[in-house]
Formats: sequence, structure tokens, C-alpha cells
Amino acid sequence: MTAISATSVHETHAERKNYLNRDSSFMSWAGTLDHKRIGLMYLTGVMFAFLVGGLFALLVRLHLWDATVDVATGVKSGGLFEPGKYNQYFTMHGVFMVFMFIIPAIPASLGNFALPLMLGAKDVALPRLNLASFYLWLAGTIMAIASMLLGQVDTGWTFYTPYSIYTQKAVVMMGLSVFVLGFSSIFTGLNFIVTTHKLRAPGQGWFRMPLFVWAVYATALLQVVATPVLGVTVLLLGFERLYHIGIFDPQFGGDPVLFQHFFWFYSHPAVYIMILPAMGIMSEVVSVFSRKPIFGYRLIAFSSLAIAIISFIVWGHHMFTSGQSELALFLFSFLTFFVALPSAIKEFNWVATIWKGSISLEAPMLYALSFLVIFAIGGLTGVILGTLNLDIHLHDTYFVVAHFHYVMMGSTAMAFFAGLHYWWPKMFGVMYSRFWATIGALVIFIGFNATFIPQFVMGSMGMPRRYAHYVPEFQGYHQASTIGALLLATGIAIMVGYLLASLFGGKKAEGNPWGSPTLDWTHTSTPPVLENFDDQPIVEREPYDYTLILEEAKQRVQNA
Amino acid sequence: MSHAGHTVPAPAGFVPHTVAHHFESQEQEYQSAKLGFWLFLVTEILLFGGLFVAYFYYHTVHHDAFSIGGKQLSWKLGTTNTAVLLFSSFTMAMGVRSAQLSQKKAMLTYLVLTFLCACGFLVVKYFEYSAKIDHGLGAGSMFHPHDPQLLGYEGLSMFFALYWTMTGIHGFHVLCGMVVIAWLIWRGAKGELHAKHYMPVDIVGLYWHLVDLIWIFLFPLLYLVP
Repeated sequence: MTAISATSVHETHAERKNYLNRDSSFMSWAGTLDHKRIGLMYLTGVMFAFLVGGLFALLVRLHLWDATVDVATGVKSGGLFEPGKYNQYFTMHGVFMVFMFIIPAIPASLGNFALPLMLGAKDVALPRLNLASFYLWLAGTIMAIASMLLGQVDTGWTFYTPYSIYTQKAVVMMGLSVFVLGFSSIFTGLNFIVTTHKLRAPGQGWFRMPLFVWAVYATALLQVVATPVLGVTVLLLGFERLYHIGIFDPQFGGDPVLFQHFFWFYSHPAVYIMILPAMGIMSEVVSVFSRKPIFGYRLIAFSSLAIAIISFIVWGHHMFTSGQSELALFLFSFLTFFVALPSAIKEFNWVATIWKGSISLEAPMLYALSFLVIFAIGGLTGVILGTLNLDIHLHDTYFVVAHFHYVMMGSTAMAFFAGLHYWWPKMFGVMYSRFWATIGALVIFIGFNATFIPQFVMGSMGMPRRYAHYVPEFQGYHQASTIGALLLATGIAIMVGYLLASLFGGKKAEGNPWGSPTLDWTHTSTPPVLENFDDQPIVEREPYDYTLILEEAKQRVQNA
Repeated sequence: MSHAGHTVPAPAGFVPHTVAHHFESQEQEYQSAKLGFWLFLVTEILLFGGLFVAYFYYHTVHHDAFSIGGKQLSWKLGTTNTAVLLFSSFTMAMGVRSAQLSQKKAMLTYLVLTFLCACGFLVVKYFEYSAKIDHGLGAGSMFHPHDPQLLGYEGLSMFFALYWTMTGIHGFHVLCGMVVIAWLIWRGAKGELHAKHYMPVDIVGLYWHLVDLIWIFLFPLLYLVP
């Protein structure tokens, strides 16, 4: 390893072809084995899914503006759709957001791009499997769209039996889509585990890995271990619909609660597949933009693994009202509280990292600070829901909806945006408008909270989730929430706008615009070349060591 | 140790192997492939794990029906198939060994034997399946037992639903195994598998042992457990 200066690396290779412009033929993208290009294709894909899912969310919220029902007469008024359509739209929102956006969002797009760079590797360990994973994602998404056109699914993204066995909708096609998307997720996870184990640069010990790598690694373990159970579950659901094998059908001696156990055995860990990589991005961004080594490196690393392990023994808390034994209820509630420990360790460590740091409020940091606030609320309301007696009241209300949106949308998507803004210059070699980025982040933060705070309130007052029409006393809350959703959509439109604008004539990015200390910024050009590094980097420092970055900055000041 | 993009010299008469561009050494390539494959086997175990959980749950709930159900299956054919698969695991292991020793002829013989065992397994399964269909013991909507004595058992249809699902998915894995073994035979005949590049044989071997192992659990649970 020679000089660590990112700017010098950048200057040496300024005229060289990078991974983006070295070959622009269609096949050079469609058949690429380069993790960076696959990451970009995934990024395009998940953003598409996010926008489709978001449009369905807007439809749902617009419908709920005035969709009321008179309880005494049963007369419905207002609303845009009849209840059947409403069911299909919230199902589509859930399916697109969960399976096509949020599960692959961070690992498969940003992780694919950054993981080998951070490890000092030329690529992921299994590049062909990586490309296969993307095409499986594409195939799964096409199937989901096909099932939308063939006759939408109205089961909710959870596909609970026995309803999902008998509804006259395209459940088999959608199940197949989820099965295929599951394989795509498994392939990504498997690839990242092998890459982390086998492709670390010399000197890159486990405790010199950036925390994003730790987080993606823990996520990958969950993807590999949990997803096959979802696969076999939707497979059985498919057989159930096609041949009525009866495993989940009480009519044939089957047990619908078994379906819920299977489903949540995957889908609870899946919640952590969504949040863990987001926490990884937090560790990077919070440290870089506070110009301080992360506080409690090992605790954060181990808490990622702890969350991954605990996530496998708490699935029953989704089923407190489904008819489990009292012992099971007690155990699942008790175990659920343990998730709060490693999560809180992370939250406090990030705050401690910021404390007395040299904070710069660039766009990635704004999103990271949003995450800190929102995740605190999302996490603590999770503890409320894990409390057995409170959950009996709150189960299947908007309180639950608000809680998981605080975690999934407010935390994961917010951290995804943080990571997107953090690596954007590295990916494309351009800077986005700082002014618009600040506006966008603020509008998204306000819009998000305006959407979901009213849902906490009406949920605690008993407004059930998934109802197409509600009693008039909730109308004010629903309207506040809808206004918030429109604001949130505006913020996201601003973000998409200035990010796209930066691709056409954005200011050229410096080699290391944020002064990051990790290999992805210090040892590669911006954007990186085909095999990332000219010489095999050798890691001689701790991951968040800013000594050289600060010396370099001092040098620059003195020269000027 | 040879470097990325470099070609590893092969024994006389064999095609040399080129290390993929992003690996530092063949050893790293080999270890990555092997770790990746073990992780894939983990996913397989969990996929079947779900089915085994369903089996154990309904075995408890419908104990009598499951006991009767097991008696409808032919333990003789089941035992035959178990022996066939165990033997094929042996030939597969010998195939790996021959590849490591660059014994092309022996390797091809063992791989062909393994392939034939897989065929044999599926032929026996075909006879078993047709007999079940003939007796009206299909899965789900195809479950209409001809034997009136079987009608009284609630949960018997569940036994056969699980029988068909579990052995069906296992049979599909046998079929996939045959495809990859055929691929090995094709590559082996071209001289691409030898002491300096036996990884594909090793990995398919792992897969085949897992397929065998899953049957070792299916057989007693479905055919023998009272």
C-alpha cells in the first residue's frame, strides 16, 4: 500500500476508462459479471419497484380521504374504489414494497456495489450467481406484474390461509413470483457470505471490516437460513390451491395457524433482512460525517449478529391473537424484548459517535439523523407491541401499521437514501445539488411523520388496519395522514428529480468528497475501474481511522 | 499456487483449468465454491425442514391415520430404493476419489453407475406411484381410496398429501442430480476433470449425498414409523 490519498489516486487515473464508460454496448450490461454494474441494475430495478409500490400507497391513502361507513345503516360513502379493489391495491403496495423493493434494496444494490470495494476485492466471490440473482429478481417482478394484470391478488402481502386458498385471484402466480424472488435473495446472501469469508484483502481482519460489511454479512446469514422456509411455504400454498392437499386447510384436517408459523418463521427474520443493512449504512455515515471513529465498534458488530440470531426465536409475536398456547405467548413476548437490547446498543453508539464530533450536515447525514429519530420511535413502539397485554388491544390496528412503517419506510428507506446519497458520487462520479438535497430530505422527514403519527393515534383508539371504509370519527386522522403522504411523495419526487438531474451535467465529484476512511473511497478511483483496485490493497489501519484524512486536509489548508 | 486468469497445468492428457479473473489463487477459488455450496445445502435442509415440521405436527394430530397410511406403502420397494441410493452415494464418493487421482476411466465408470442408480430409483418410484394412483391414494383432490376400510380415518388424506409432496420434491432433486451428473460425465469425457480441477465433481458429490441423506429420513418416517 502506498499513499492513502484518495485525490492522488483519482488524479492518476483521471483519464482512464472506468466501469461505467469502458463499454456501452447492451450486452456489456446485460451479460456483465461486474458487481458494480449488477449493483446499478439492481438499483434501477428496486427504485422502479419503490415507485410502483408508492403509487399504490398513494391510491390507498387517497381512497381513505373520505371513505366512511355509517355503522347503524351500513351505508358507505366516499372513497375511490369498492372494497375488493381496495384490498387488491394495499396487497400490491405490500408485495412490491416488501419483496421487490425493501428486501433487495440495500444488500443487492448498494451492498453489491460497495461490499467488494470495502473488502479490497476485485468482485464478489461468485459473479455469475450474482448476475443470476438479478435475472431472478427481474423474472419474479415480471411475474408479479403479470399477476397484477391477470387478476390482482387481494390477500395482503401475508397470504394468510384459508382465505388465500379460496379467493378467486392470481395467488398461484404471485406465489411463484415470491418463490423466485426468494431465490434471488438467497443467491445474493450466499454470495456475500462467501465473499466476506474468502475475499478480504490482506490485513483485512474481521475487526477491520467496515461495519456496513458486518451488517450485510449478518443480513446474508438471515437470507440464506430464513428464505428457504418461505419458499416451501408458498410452494405448499400453490399445491393447496392447485390440488387441495389440505395442509393449511381446516376442511381437510389441516391447520391455517401452521401457515402463519411457517410464514413468520421467514418473515420475522425478513424484517431484520430489511433493517440490518440499513443499520450498517448508519454506522458508515454517522462516523464519516462526524469525522470521528465509530463509538463501540465491536459492540455494533456483535449486535448485528445478535439481532440476526434473536430474530429467529421471536416470530410468534405476530400471532398473539392467532391461538397459541399461553406458554408460547409468554415466551415469544419475553424473547421479543431481547431484540431491543442490541438495537439500543446501536442507537446509543451512533449518538455517542456524533457527540462532540465535527458534524457536517450533508445530505447523507440529514437522512441518517432522520433515521436516528424515526428508528427510536419505531423501535420503542415495537417494544409496546411485543408486550402481550398491550398487543391484544393494538393487534391489527393502525398502530401496528404505523409501527412497521416507522421501521421499514422511516428507518430502512431513510438509511437507503442516506447510502444512496453517500455512494452516489462513487457510483456516477457526479455530485447532486446540495440545496435540493437538503430541501428533499426535510420534506421527506416532515411528510413521513405527518403520514404516520396520525396512524399511531387512531390505531391506539381502535381503528383496524386494512378496512376499506371507516367510521366517521376517524376521518380527521385519515385526512391528516393522506396530506402527509402527499407531502412524502413530493419529497421523493424532489429527490428523484435532483438525482436524475445530477446525471446530466452534475458537478464532477472529487475522488473522496466526504473524506471517508474506508477502502471504497481511499483506494479506488471515482468512479472505480473495472476490477476496482490497480494493486491489491493491504489494510494496515482500523476501519474508522481518520488520521491520514485529517493530515491531508491540514496539508491542503497549509498549501492554500 | 497459480494466479488469477492463469492456467493451472493439468496432468498429461487432460485439459488445464483457468482460475477465474477475480481470484488470487486456485485455492481461494476452490474454497469459495465449496463454502458457497455448503451454504446452498443449508438452504436445502431448511426447505425440507419445513416439510418435516409439517409431518411431525400432523403425525401427532392424526396419529392413527398416519399409522394406517404407512402400512399402505410398500416397505419392500422403499427398502430397495434405500439400498439403491446408498450404493449410489458410494459410487459417487468413488467418482470423486478417481477424479482426485486423475483416473479418467474409473471416474466415468463411477459417474455412469451413479446416474444409473438414480434412474433405477426413479423407475421404482414410478411403480410405487402408479400403484398408489390405482388404489385412489393420490394427493388432495386425487385422494379417493378404493378400499372402504380406509374411509373412516380422518387425516389419512393428510398423510398422502405429505407423502406425495415430500417424495415428489425429493424426486425432483434426484432428477436435478441426474442432470448435473450427466454434465459431469460430459465434461469428464472431454478431459476437463482431473487432480488439478476436481471441484465440480466434489460439489456435485456433496449435493448427491444430501439427496441421499434426505431419503434416509423420508424412508423410515413415511414407510416404517407406526
